[in-house]
Amino acid sequence: MNRLFAGALAAGALLTATAALAQTGSATIDAIVKRGELNCGVAGTSPMFSLPDSQGVMRGLDADSCRAIAAAILGDAKKIKFIPTTTQNRFTALQSGEVDLLYRSTTWTLAREGNLGAMFASVNFYDGTGFLVKASLKVKSAKELDGATVCVAPGTSTELAVADYFRVHKMKFTPVLIQDLSELQNAYLSGRCDTYSTDSSGLAGFRFQQGPKAVEHVLLPDIISKEPLGAMVRKGDDKFFDIVRWTYFATLIAEEHGITQANVDEALKSTVPEIRRLMGLEGDMGKALGVDNKWAYNAIKQTGNFGEGWDRNVTPYGMPRGINNLWNNGGLQYAPPMR
Amino acid sequence: MSSTTSDPRLSSSRGAPRKGMQLSWADPKFRAIIWQIVIVGIIGGTIWYLVANTTANLAQRRIATGFEFMGRTAGIPIGEHLIAYDPSINTYGRAFVIGILNTLQVTVIGVVLVTFLGTFVGIASLSGNWLLSRLCRTYVEIMRDIPLLLHLLFWYTMVLGLPILREAIEVLPGVHISNNGVKVPLLDWQPAHSWASLAFIVGLVLVGIARRRATRIQNATGDRPKVWPLAIAALILVPAIIWLGFGAPFHMDMPVKGRFRFEGGGAVSGEMIALLIGLVLYHSAYAAEIVRSGITSVVSGQWEAAGALGLHRPTVLRKIVLPQALRVIIPPMTSTYLGVAKNSSLAVAIGYPDLVAIVNTMLNQTGQAIEGIALIMGVYLTISLAISLFMNWYNARIALVER
Repeated sequence: MNRLFAGALAAGALLTATAALAQTGSATIDAIVKRGELNCGVAGTSPMFSLPDSQGVMRGLDADSCRAIAAAILGDAKKIKFIPTTTQNRFTALQSGEVDLLYRSTTWTLAREGNLGAMFASVNFYDGTGFLVKASLKVKSAKELDGATVCVAPGTSTELAVADYFRVHKMKFTPVLIQDLSELQNAYLSGRCDTYSTDSSGLAGFRFQQGPKAVEHVLLPDIISKEPLGAMVRKGDDKFFDIVRWTYFATLIAEEHGITQANVDEALKSTVPEIRRLMGLEGDMGKALGVDNKWAYNAIKQTGNFGEGWDRNVTPYGMPRGINNLWNNGGLQYAPPMR
Repeated sequence: MSSTTSDPRLSSSRGAPRKGMQLSWADPKFRAIIWQIVIVGIIGGTIWYLVANTTANLAQRRIATGFEFMGRTAGIPIGEHLIAYDPSINTYGRAFVIGILNTLQVTVIGVVLVTFLGTFVGIASLSGNWLLSRLCRTYVEIMRDIPLLLHLLFWYTMVLGLPILREAIEVLPGVHISNNGVKVPLLDWQPAHSWASLAFIVGLVLVGIARRRATRIQNATGDRPKVWPLAIAALILVPAIIWLGFGAPFHMDMPVKGRFRFEGGGAVSGEMIALLIGLVLYHSAYAAEIVRSGITSVVSGQWEAAGALGLHRPTVLRKIVLPQALRVIIPPMTSTYLGVAKNSSLAVAIGYPDLVAIVNTMLNQTGQAIEGIALIMGVYLTISLAISLFMNWYNARIALVER
């Protein structure tokens, strides 16, 4: 009888064990775990967001956002493969499964979410379309650009925003659309275009790259569109969507509570309920997402909180935090409570 | 096949008696049919698998499909358009048509320039003038050794190196060159010009008819009636009288420099200039080699025989050698023309809005990648088949008529 009971217990344990294994219920997470690394689609050419440094290590806000997810799922931020994509092939790369997610300074729009079979899980950068002009042109506002030639990357939401802006203000413009970013920037620098338009973060980064010649270029004050940039995942895998979104929220909550890469181990001794839940000490938050309870601890320990990522990647380019501050600091970055 | 063979065992009544088909592997006829069924089955199965797989994947990934997006307002700006285009009103369908027209424009101009430059270089490289022939050989070697993409990027960088628009060089009155391209004055088109042009075209047809008649009379009687008085009357006098009758309107629309662009006049963009230079230089090197090989293929006895008749070298080339060389030149030249059409898609690298560039943007904004690629393939297939058909027709026309 006892034996039978023990056998039944063992069988039950086995059943629950397999149930626990299959609990992720996410084909994407299962594939990532099996592969042992996260395939993250980035630009790879974009200062502030993703650009390899002199050692070939991918640096930038998008790169670090991806590393946090690798740390959350696999426990190691280094278990990641960055796959450079262009503005033209990024969605195909996501749809076909070549990348698990896109962190490629991609704007969240209705048409993209409706038509592409993909959805946005986070906004790690609230941006807006701006214009860069040569100081010698003596243009003070985008409204003076009637008749100008505008350099824009094709297939971007900037392209549509610029067309809308000129249409609303009843102005004319000639677009020069070149897919390759450096060719496009060359066309602007040589004076083929009067102005170069993209997300103002991109313009600030480009201007910074000009070094001492940065003063020859002026960022016009007009921001003509909302460009919320963030992570894009395939539809139909809600569990993976959750983990991407909540990893981003976790970095925000960590900043809110002043938890940094340096002091995250002290936070393990905290008595504040939300910090304890964030650190995986109580509440089984990780289990609810289908990953280890230490997911957020790992992410913060290895990549830091949101503000640290910003200071590391964006501040050097002279871009003010502005609307990307936390909500209690006058910005838009806001995370729902972790409970 | 059997009609051309001369082996009597296969075609004459002395061959093996014909049998009906046996349902046996030993029967070659039966084997052939089975093989054909197998091959058609494999091809059909592959296509079915690809289509079914794609459809299933699209549905699974919740990706919208279909061509309805062609009717939606485009919103994408396009730099150069031969027909009117306003992104806020016009549809993706019209943007697509503009892409086709832009590709055709570059292809047609490119093919014409490649033909002229290639023929010139090809003939000149066979010239007795040492310097000229060396120069042409060097040109061919250099131009065809550089990858086309490099050509385009090089020439685009050259164009970008021109002065900016505000410092445009005025080479002729009204003709401004800058890195924006070339601005030229345009004739302010009036009905008088349309009527005069129509009269000119009618005149061309009349002169053509008169020349045929003259040739017929010359063949019959040996006397060639004069055509030139009619030509002057039909091509110059009548259009001029019509133009004068309308009050002789003549007003050039001169480009005027504004703050950011020239107002009025016509323009050729820097991107198109760079694309054309790159395409023409690259492909004319191949065309030159084709022309050279064609001329060399005509046996030297033809030159000598014509020389013995007392004909000048240019006349020999034009009347005797080139017509024979054309039979060798046309088929590979067709490939070169197809190359010009297809390679114009590299325009995407330097920002000329050709078909591929526009459809790429469309599929990016709508997410309809498969439809977009299908459209591109369809258009290039149509253009290529049209070029091939025309060249095959021309080839058949000039083929040696064997009597």
